[in-house]
Amino acid sequence: MPSYLFWLFSTIMLIGGAAVIAFRNPVSSALSVVTCFVGLAGLFIGLSAFFVGIIQILVYTGAVMVLFLFIIMLLDLKDEQKRAKALAPLAAGIGLAIAFAVQLIGILSRTPDKIAPPLDAEALASAAGHFNEGTKIAAALKDGRLPDVHLIGHTLFTQYNLPFQILGVLLLVATVGVVVLSKKSVGSD
Amino acid sequence: MASLNDYLLASGLLFAIGLSGVVIRRNIIVVFMCLELMLSAANLSLVAFSRFNPVNGLPDYNGQMLVFFVVTVAAAEVAVGLAIIVALYRSRQTIHTDELTSLKG
Repeated sequence: MPSYLFWLFSTIMLIGGAAVIAFRNPVSSALSVVTCFVGLAGLFIGLSAFFVGIIQILVYTGAVMVLFLFIIMLLDLKDEQKRAKALAPLAAGIGLAIAFAVQLIGILSRTPDKIAPPLDAEALASAAGHFNEGTKIAAALKDGRLPDVHLIGHTLFTQYNLPFQILGVLLLVATVGVVVLSKKSVGSD
Repeated sequence: MASLNDYLLASGLLFAIGLSGVVIRRNIIVVFMCLELMLSAANLSLVAFSRFNPVNGLPDYNGQMLVFFVVTVAAAEVAVGLAIIVALYRSRQTIHTDELTSLKG
């Protein structure tokens, strides 16, 4: 990814993140999270992780943030604007963020830097030898394209088959748990 | 070309923003959104490491699998957390963390 796109998307992401804290209205905060995640998806796509970028948009901004907005509007929160801001948590939060950023810059300035290995047609064609002849992955790699979704599917269903099924059980448990939690207890009274 | 440290810096700053949001904000829904920001910051580090440490000339897809699992678990966590918030609001009529002090000794 060219550098100016990296700076553009990371600026969008960080401004969106800061706006989440700055806005008093929860709906504005939720929309700032959406902005932040769109910038983040741009960074993912710039890192050639196309599937993860699309998932970020579809799952996070499409499903999770819509759920947040539903709940915010369902609870109808209005009195947020009138509260006085407590100074101690504000100072603690800003101090924590600054301490974290200083530590991070200190560590990163002492670690050796890396530049991205090339993912051009030549590098992809040489990677095709590691996959069986005649598969879609090998054909796409020989053409000089990165079959991102195919490779993720291949990894998921060969190396991560059991965790994937456990994830299905987790989602089922979460669904049942949400129904139980949000059901009005009619029988108890 | 942006280097690995640039991506790690962006990711760390996003994490710091999320962390300070959890400390600063009193609205439990916004606290929850800031938790999502921190999870996404970790995802950015994972994808950056996957891209910059190639295996056989391709990005390391084990890292992106972890991102996939994190996104799925985060979606389940959000569903359960928001259901808890709705249940909390039903019983207390508030979602401000400084009014929820019944566990305070």
